[in-house]
Amino acid sequence: MSFGISRIQLEEGTSTREAFGEALAQAGSNPNVVVLDGDVNNSTFTKNFKDEYPDRFFNVGIAESNLVGVAAGLAGCGKLPVVSSFSVFLLCNAYDQIRMSVAFPNQNVKLVGTHAGISIGEDGPSQMTVEDVALACSFPGFTVIVPADGPSASAATHAMLEREGPTFLRCGRPKVPNVYENGDAFHVGKANTVRDGDDVTIVANGIMVAMALDAAEGLSGESISARVVDMHTVKPIDTSALEKAANETKGVVVAEEHMAYGGLGATVAMTLAERGPTRMAFVNIGDTYATSGKPDELLLQFGLTPDAIMDAARRVLKD
Amino acid sequence: MPKARTEDAAELERITRTLRRDIVIATSAAASGHPSTSLSMVEVVSILFFGGVLRYDPKDPHNRERDRFILSKGHGAPGLYAVLAEAGYFPADDLTTLRRLGSPLEGHPNMCRLPGVEASTGSLGQGLSVGIGHALGASIDELDYRVYVMVGDGESEQGQIWEAAMYAGNHSLDNLTLIIDRNGYQQTDSVKNIQSLDPLDKKLEAFGWAVRDIDGHSLDEVRAAFEWAQSITGSPQAIIANTVKGKGVSLLESDPAKWHGKPVPEEDKDRALEEIGA
Repeated sequence: MSFGISRIQLEEGTSTREAFGEALAQAGSNPNVVVLDGDVNNSTFTKNFKDEYPDRFFNVGIAESNLVGVAAGLAGCGKLPVVSSFSVFLLCNAYDQIRMSVAFPNQNVKLVGTHAGISIGEDGPSQMTVEDVALACSFPGFTVIVPADGPSASAATHAMLEREGPTFLRCGRPKVPNVYENGDAFHVGKANTVRDGDDVTIVANGIMVAMALDAAEGLSGESISARVVDMHTVKPIDTSALEKAANETKGVVVAEEHMAYGGLGATVAMTLAERGPTRMAFVNIGDTYATSGKPDELLLQFGLTPDAIMDAARRVLKD
Repeated sequence: MPKARTEDAAELERITRTLRRDIVIATSAAASGHPSTSLSMVEVVSILFFGGVLRYDPKDPHNRERDRFILSKGHGAPGLYAVLAEAGYFPADDLTTLRRLGSPLEGHPNMCRLPGVEASTGSLGQGLSVGIGHALGASIDELDYRVYVMVGDGESEQGQIWEAAMYAGNHSLDNLTLIIDRNGYQQTDSVKNIQSLDPLDKKLEAFGWAVRDIDGHSLDEVRAAFEWAQSITGSPQAIIANTVKGKGVSLLESDPAKWHGKPVPEEDKDRALEEIGA
């Protein structure tokens, strides 16, 4: 499978936000599901749910603090609230409400942040989140999921609703190529090895999984056999998949559409450090905010490309 | 679901004295905590739990038809615990475990550890939003329970209070009653000096609330206010309870800014209990 070696093609497949919205509307057959929106439902695709179940849909307005608090109250009544907004507004504006009213009392609230990362493009850095995974992982007891494509975003939506406990699901704006087919297995907390290999392991999530597959294809031309692990669940992380990768390959590259701190790379490094020395390299946005630009231009500019992953793999394998 | 309704004024007075005594003893035993903000809310919670306002059953604290009381000003925890103990949620002897390691009576309310606590609070400004969630839950499930949320006047400086007030007013949530325990003081000074809320009644009215201003230490006025709130349809109701921070203990009343977050010192405790008369 190849998606174009130098850069990711973002015009194919479906967006993870759209797949989430479709899956959520299906999940509405469960009468306990209620959906809360910060007036972006046509962007987050919770509009699909709204159109089918208007009595269980609440547009709380541009007021994320209240939005999260209301969801916590509905969870207190035994409802299954799904809160959706742009990831940046949900996690950054309502961080304290998530902490006090959802995470600390362990309320069964599902938070879905869309337009995550820098691949939203032209709207620019005020609308992007480069730090949302770190923020979500910082809540004790939270489950944090970053799906790779439409089919896995759909499966993740159903899986998080079936699972008790506060959860953050991260979705993106652009269309992304399909790594999976509809109906492929998805288990929260269990990584998927989407390509086997025994020289190096690329651990990725979100749109970086497709890029990792492209990179693995490119590396095979250099006689490097790369394993690609889709670590869609950052928390709780699949420790055994990581230990297996570290034991069976010579090093680990971690690729994510996130800043360097507190996300997948940091979590993988922390996990593997317990096991013993592992050669590692990291592909991420670094310690910076992005700018406006076209999505593929931004990914190139900020080093999120198959080429960057290949470079990282070569670094890891260098004697 | 039952309501505890005491018509006997003397019995209600006794309850208020008991709560005040429990607040002072528990915070002094803990050598920390916020007795003064707890003392200002005593008459309101006494009427809520014993004046025939709340439907509740301590033996069935999660019954879906129960009325809800959410203490948004979480540092008033000793006042909440005192009334929950009096109502039978746990033995009154446990009150002196306040803030101790292992006790469910944490410094601020923790709903996961203590039945009767409807929301974990302590980061100010959040309880009204949670109350709105419960009020909406009643509509979805076609239940007729009511939701009561108490906030502080200092707490009302938080923006989230006004986000929530706007939402409740716009959506005519008439099963929701807000009590503002207006004791006039926050941690370091009076609310008036720091961030005046005036005109609080007009602000709330402008946000779509029915508003009543009362003496929050008059049991008759508090009871009448809740009866009024229950009679209102088509809008949420706000009861501005004008109170005194530290009410009943002259030492705490004398300098509210000095005594925020401080228990009555051991050497002053006997005099405080004597003033309370319990």
